[in-house]
Amino acid sequence: MSTDTATATTAAPAAEQKAPPGPGMRFVNWGANYIEDRTSLSGMVKELGRKIFPDHWSFMLGEVALYSFVVILLSGTFLTFFFQASMAPVIYEGAYPTMKGVEMSAAMASTLDISFEVRGGLLMRQVHHWAALLFVASIGLHMLRVFFTGAFRKPREINWVVGFLLFILAMAEGFTGYSLPDDLLSGNGLRIIDGMVKGVPVIGTWISYLLFGGEFPGEAIVGRLYMLHIMLLPALVIAAIGVHMILLIVNKHTQFAGPGRTQENVVGAPILPVFAAKAAGFFFIVFGVIMVIASTVTINPIWNYGPYDPSPVSAGTQPDWYIGFADGMLRLIPPHLETEIFGFTFTWYILIPIVVLGLFLVVVALYPFIEGWVTGDKREHHIADRPRNAPARTAIGAAGVTFYAVMWAAASSDLIATHFRLSIEWVTHTLQALLILGPIIAYLVTKRVCLGLQKKDREIALHGFESGRIVRLPGGEYIEVHEQLSDYDRWRLVSYEEYAPLMVRPNTNGKITVSTKLRGALSRWFFEDRIAPVTRAEIEASHHGH
Amino acid sequence: MTSATSADAASETQVAKLTADGEKLFAANCASCHGLQAQGTEDAPTLIGVGAASVDFQVGTGRMPMAAQGPQAEKKPVQFTDEQIAALAAWVASLGPGPSIPEAQYLEGDDLATGAELFRINCAMCHNVAGAGGALTEGKFAPALAGVEAKHIYEAMITGPQNMPVFNDANISPEDKANIISYLKYVEESGSPGGLDLGNLGPVSEGLFVWIFALGAIVAITIWLTAKSN
Repeated sequence: MSTDTATATTAAPAAEQKAPPGPGMRFVNWGANYIEDRTSLSGMVKELGRKIFPDHWSFMLGEVALYSFVVILLSGTFLTFFFQASMAPVIYEGAYPTMKGVEMSAAMASTLDISFEVRGGLLMRQVHHWAALLFVASIGLHMLRVFFTGAFRKPREINWVVGFLLFILAMAEGFTGYSLPDDLLSGNGLRIIDGMVKGVPVIGTWISYLLFGGEFPGEAIVGRLYMLHIMLLPALVIAAIGVHMILLIVNKHTQFAGPGRTQENVVGAPILPVFAAKAAGFFFIVFGVIMVIASTVTINPIWNYGPYDPSPVSAGTQPDWYIGFADGMLRLIPPHLETEIFGFTFTWYILIPIVVLGLFLVVVALYPFIEGWVTGDKREHHIADRPRNAPARTAIGAAGVTFYAVMWAAASSDLIATHFRLSIEWVTHTLQALLILGPIIAYLVTKRVCLGLQKKDREIALHGFESGRIVRLPGGEYIEVHEQLSDYDRWRLVSYEEYAPLMVRPNTNGKITVSTKLRGALSRWFFEDRIAPVTRAEIEASHHGH
Repeated sequence: MTSATSADAASETQVAKLTADGEKLFAANCASCHGLQAQGTEDAPTLIGVGAASVDFQVGTGRMPMAAQGPQAEKKPVQFTDEQIAALAAWVASLGPGPSIPEAQYLEGDDLATGAELFRINCAMCHNVAGAGGALTEGKFAPALAGVEAKHIYEAMITGPQNMPVFNDANISPEDKANIISYLKYVEESGSPGGLDLGNLGPVSEGLFVWIFALGAIVAITIWLTAKSN
């Protein structure tokens, strides 16, 4: 299926037109003509319909994100019919017994009504929330795929940045949504944000009062977040998805190396009809998975949390998973780091996490440009790398994943302590050490693993693989017969690009600038240890040897 | 509540016999740490004045006798019969006035909403809003409350075992303690309206679930969809 080329499938519609049209077909033809005469759409359909998408499981992760976003839009629209974004106090008189007669905001009361009074309301809430968690998770996995295969390289750097913005927007959507029910858990989440904002010197308190319309929690924040959540942020997400899709079509999709696949072509299925049909089917599969989970597994049981009240904080209060890394960083920073200068208090245990998180995200956003500068590679790349064939990048990625994972784990330090019967202090101290050491270890180990795998590939490409067949030679010697790979299999192993460290050369004025030196050093760091791809001459030489 | 024991109604001789049995059981099982007169040693505190409720809780949940010194005494299979526990409680109660085992009327309240609110304000920061438990410092923890007998919950509130603070009657009235117990029983027995509760641990278990099961299922499906037919 994956080797269907554009030329093979465009022949089909031509043959169909020869058949005498029935009444249904005549109607479709009339309709198509009607639309075509008024919109001249056929050119675009022809152009788009013949776009080719390569087939690989990891290329479908972005689709998962898109489809879960559609589910979020549908279920979210249902929820807006019943949700009241108001913090006006009301007495709950609904069905849930442990909340009867309790004073709460209209937002909380209407969320309880959606859960227990509105037909299908609880299911829709759970669909919305599970789809949201899946949305951000699939974006994360999609980003990792793009990173580790080098699919962000020229000409796709801008689309990486658009995708990164989508990731940030998705987190913002998630956090604003999480805060809307005005329950104890979400109120505590907002309190942390309020604390971080207030930790910023000079302007922090002003910003906090501006956001909350007075002292936290105020009576304005739910209405404000609601507007962001259902209007501004979705509009931005949809716009960014549009740009992301257009750039995807303009840049074409990357593909893995294989016979017949080059930098100039894309091998796969065309949008119409094959890819579109498969994509539509896949949409319903994703929808189905979300529905199965939402109808069997509880999410965000606000009836347990109760209405927000600034005094209680439940044990095990955590944000949704995608904000976990930020919560974890706050838990890892040593306490008491505070200085007072000219009457201003600098709360370093707030400021350092904000800076660390900000820098981490900036490096993620700008990575394509950083790598492009270091390698000095100005060529276009349409063949995706196997992660092992870019050891330095894969190692940097592993270090980044480790850094993120340690912060993420730290957000659940209390649950790690109770469930693995550990002391929470030691969990925290271990994670603090791992935050620094983990990425270094991950970098070194991953780089060595990549180089080892490349060596193994080289060995297999040149000498074949061990067949498990032992042969005794006339002289008494035993050898294991090596079988040669087919040309198709070998293709995958040998086709990758080799980079060498940049030579540091003087510029036109005869000087070696600092940035040239830095670039040379980084380039050495990237490419000093490398395994050269197998050349045709080497393969031929090895065949003669046997 | 503080000085009267549930054995008050029983005849004098029965009480005397129970107390005498308790003294023997104490000497055989508890005295090596708490001292023969329950006066306390370097290893364990004095039990004079802790009351019958304390003994009923600690021994009735298997926390005492302790298997080993650790961050805190942990729940384990109960080592004594109900009669033996009653005897131990009677003897310790006879040493000095202390909280007694609660009457049945204080174990079931009728105001779930008040119970839930008091639980959120007073208990949830350690035990979690749904009573799923939580971490304390240095390896100590607030245990999960599902499956704990109503009288043991009440006794824990009035005696403050391990690291738990004491919630006396001025703090939370006996009726409100009963409401709290009823709230916990309601959460335990009614189940989660939304389906599986994932341990009531909140967003951490939800996040793990979405990565492992939701995304796991979807990645498995993508691999299946793009697999080449053999």
